[in-house]
Amino acid sequence: MRFVAKTSLRMALLLVCVSILAFALVSASPVDPLGANVGQAALGSMSVEQIAKLETYWGVNEPPVRRYLAWAGDFIRGDMGISLLYRRNVALVLAEKASNSLLLMLSAWILSGALGFALGIAAGMNREKTADRLIQGYCALIASMPVFWLALLLLTVFAVLLRVLPIGLSVPIGMESAAVTFADRLRHATLPALTLSVAGIANIALHTREKVIDVMSSDYVLFAMARGEGRRSILRLHVLRNVLLPAVTLQFASISEVFGGSVLVEQVFSYPGLGQTAVRAGLGGDVPLLMGITVVSAIIVLLGNLAANILYGVIDPRMRSGRERA
Amino acid sequence: MNVQAKEPARRPNPPRATPRFQINRRQFALILFLLAVLSLTAVAIAGDRCASIAMETDFTQKNLAPCLSHPFGTDWMGRDMLARTLTGLSLSVRLGLLTATASAAIAALMGSAAAMNKTLDALFSWLIDLVMGVPHILLLILISFACGRGFRGVVIGVTLSHWMSLARVIRSEVLQLKQSAYVQIAAKLGASHLRIVLRHMVPNLLPQFLVGLVLLFPHAILHEASITFLGFGLPPEQPAVGIILSESMQYLVMGRWWLAVFPGLLLVTGVLLFGVAGNCLRSLTNPASANE
Repeated sequence: MRFVAKTSLRMALLLVCVSILAFALVSASPVDPLGANVGQAALGSMSVEQIAKLETYWGVNEPPVRRYLAWAGDFIRGDMGISLLYRRNVALVLAEKASNSLLLMLSAWILSGALGFALGIAAGMNREKTADRLIQGYCALIASMPVFWLALLLLTVFAVLLRVLPIGLSVPIGMESAAVTFADRLRHATLPALTLSVAGIANIALHTREKVIDVMSSDYVLFAMARGEGRRSILRLHVLRNVLLPAVTLQFASISEVFGGSVLVEQVFSYPGLGQTAVRAGLGGDVPLLMGITVVSAIIVLLGNLAANILYGVIDPRMRSGRERA
Repeated sequence: MNVQAKEPARRPNPPRATPRFQINRRQFALILFLLAVLSLTAVAIAGDRCASIAMETDFTQKNLAPCLSHPFGTDWMGRDMLARTLTGLSLSVRLGLLTATASAAIAALMGSAAAMNKTLDALFSWLIDLVMGVPHILLLILISFACGRGFRGVVIGVTLSHWMSLARVIRSEVLQLKQSAYVQIAAKLGASHLRIVLRHMVPNLLPQFLVGLVLLFPHAILHEASITFLGFGLPPEQPAVGIILSESMQYLVMGRWWLAVFPGLLLVTGVLLFGVAGNCLRSLTNPASANE
């Protein structure tokens, strides 16, 4: 329990630091919010008072530390500020986008985890055989492929050439939001989720493979073989038990990658999720929105790490008294 | 372009009478490594040479599908996609060289500093957790935003976000070396700190560092392409792979698949080559596989 408390405290502190770091980066930006959003031509035709009013709206003239404290104070109270691009409360924008993204990321996360684990086991159990080579080749190929290019390829094949799946967005174009069925949403999420899963498999499969090979070359597996245990029972009794837990923790730690991938994939499919919003916020200089997304995604990532750490502690008795992983 | 790489690699149980042209695994790895480096250098140079062709517009030749005179096709302004892709890839390779080297230098510095001092070590792991706490792409977006976008933002962003794993490797390696018998004995024999570092630590660390450096390239290049693709990197007229691909998105629907497929394919080949080079270097510098 002390371990959990200590880790949680560390995470909370990290979160504060992440927000400070993000805020420092955002404030250091030379991107002039007025020039980026109002446009030079429009600025030229405005009176001095109008510009001054706009400057206060975008918070140009306040010192960064004051702005950070004001922002953090509001954030703790649940007010993330008003998005400058959407002209709505950041929390509302994020909630809407996150609900779109959740379907995508969750399905990709689970699918890539399960498939990657299965492939890793298959490769490790058939070390140096054809199956292993194929899986390793696939992983190497995927790992050197930009996610967005994979998305473009799948888009071309399934949406443009075969025309079986929609090209983009999360709902059919020109349809009232009330008329959109869950099946529609699912159809629109299929390609992005597929891309994300395919891309996510490589990492977990390779790690699982390594682990399986470790276990298979251990003394206890050698002994089990000498006793005449079959491959099936070795897999069930020795390999799975030893490999499942590291794989699960790895999967929790990979949330950050799923998020990163979703930024790119959503951009390709113009899927209105968190990732696409992050890009829009970054390009448009929407500081409150960008801060909100950063902190929310950091919370998700840190929660994943926390879960991974706790799982380590729960499962591996050696980790409980010892220090955390360096 | 890397067809040569597909030579049959292993011959298990070589026959007693070794054929005259049989090469062992190490020699094969060395050849593969040289080939990979050579083709990447060729791309870097060729792309640089193509830079002016890449910007040439010819509206009589626009939107051509791949043909003999334009193997990669042309885009909506009649620019040759092969030249554009090569230029973009050359830029990627050079950018990768710059960022990966800078990142590896940071990693070496941080890793060894952390291994030497407890306080620094705590700071180090805190910093790693901090950087890893933000999803990678988002961090790149933030840094690029902080630098006002553009070339500089990409370089700084990629450099500052890739040192973590190599730094960890270096740290644990230095810690292990400090515990090793020969370092402790050398210290007891009165060898100076500098001598221990130079004679015992550096020779052990260098291979790890070099392999880590080469294996950083693929990541650096992919992230550079990603952030450029999102529109944070270079100006849109610059032929960079990310920009080419993001432009191609508008034309995919019209069935101009070649705008996306070939540039991406070349990028993947480049990244794979770096991976091959890194893995070859690893097996070449690993003493455990010296007799293969």
